[in-house]
Amino acid sequence: MNEILEGLVQAARLVATLDRDLIEIAARSLRVTVTAVVIASALGMPLGAWLAVNRFRWRRHVIAVTNALMGLPPVVVGLVVYLLLSRSGPFGVLDLLFTPTAMIIAQVIIATPLVASITHQAIRELWADYHDLLISIHTTKSQRVRALLWDGRRALLTAALAGFGRAIGEVGAIMIVGGNIDHATRVLTTAIALETGRGNLSLALGLGFVLIALAIVVNVLVHTLSRTERASQW
Amino acid sequence: MIRRGTVVFATALLAAAGAHAETMRVAVTTSFHNSGLSDVLLPAIARDLGIDVRLLVVGTGQALRLGRAGDVDAVLAHSRAAEEAFVAAGFATHRREIMYNDFVLTGPARDPAGIAGAGGAAEALAAVAESGAPFVSRGDDSGTHKKELALWRAAGRDPEGFGTWYRSVGAGMGATLNTARAMNAYTMSDRASWLEFGNKGDMALLYSGDSSLFNQYAYLPVSVERHPHVKGAAARRLEAWLASDRARALIDGYTLGGDRLFTHNARVE
Repeated sequence: MNEILEGLVQAARLVATLDRDLIEIAARSLRVTVTAVVIASALGMPLGAWLAVNRFRWRRHVIAVTNALMGLPPVVVGLVVYLLLSRSGPFGVLDLLFTPTAMIIAQVIIATPLVASITHQAIRELWADYHDLLISIHTTKSQRVRALLWDGRRALLTAALAGFGRAIGEVGAIMIVGGNIDHATRVLTTAIALETGRGNLSLALGLGFVLIALAIVVNVLVHTLSRTERASQW
Repeated sequence: MIRRGTVVFATALLAAAGAHAETMRVAVTTSFHNSGLSDVLLPAIARDLGIDVRLLVVGTGQALRLGRAGDVDAVLAHSRAAEEAFVAAGFATHRREIMYNDFVLTGPARDPAGIAGAGGAAEALAAVAESGAPFVSRGDDSGTHKKELALWRAAGRDPEGFGTWYRSVGAGMGATLNTARAMNAYTMSDRASWLEFGNKGDMALLYSGDSSLFNQYAYLPVSVERHPHVKGAAARRLEAWLASDRARALIDGYTLGGDRLFTHNARVE
């Protein structure tokens, strides 16, 4: 109990003094995860919408697999990305291992199924409403996907934020592919793991509170900027 | 990291700005990094050599694995047999001994197995086994884990046949110490990690000093022949620096809580 309070004090101290290392690793956390979420959204949203409007033979299985991949264990993703990017692996020549780019790749793999699944759920509902209209005015499939994505944009925001939430708090994959190198690939979650390992539990917890605060700020900011949850808007 | 890191970061930045910032990756063991010695050596290396050394802090097993795959330019490890096998397999050109420290046995301060007065490290471990008091093992193929297994063998025991009092956690040194504290268990740690560990509670250092607890660190430059992309020239310069009198002064002069941690013993070639 005492250590939780100490953690809060540590978090307040780190933020109040604008600790240089803290700002550096928090900024890196944001940069890696935001980039990963943007890419995951660009891949997952069209895929989710496409799955909603198309009827094909293996559709149910593809949807089931996408849903199952939401639970993809990050540490396995990390291991696979490590083996691919390792100098002894197929993409070793790119020299991407232990760089923020490698961390982004791992997080894209982790976040994309989640974004695609939530998009699919939301667009499916919308498609039921829009079906007759969009069919009657002879839209092409890609026009339908685009119309649905645009009109469902508020639901898509949830999808993107869910992807952000999964990626920002993830440590298993980025620890393996990033290596937690000081001033190169250290982010909030790997720093927390490091300080826990050193027995500095209150500092680790302080960093944890900073991470939670960061996630809240990003969510509030996105909602404010996109003017959701207002009286007349849904 | 945060407290001391700020100063180190500032120094490193200044040094990096002045020099041609060549970077190289070195896999080091948790015990070396936990000691805080890297925070002293890295800025000095940046100043003297203009090399920005990026540390991957892992267990000896994983460090050698990274070297084998060519993902790092050099390895600093502390498990002689594994290192010699690494060199014999051609993954490193040679093995250069740099410095040593020692392992310690820790446990609950009231010492239910009575290891504090043991005549040797193996005897102390045998006392733990006889008392049935819990013992937490790293179980992660690290240098510390390999050393622990060697000591059990020296005590004539085989961990394979141990009962539930022997808990193999498969974790790093810090996580293992956290677990041992929570279980009121004995464990083996390198001295540096123990001194730096911030969550000791009522754990105490119970046994140390036996020559069998000696812990030699060695530097292994990854073979350029095997992996043409590794930074062989930088790795050679770093090796020469680590063996130099400048490194000797920094390593021998490094203390933690008043205790000297490492002894430099690299031979000049």
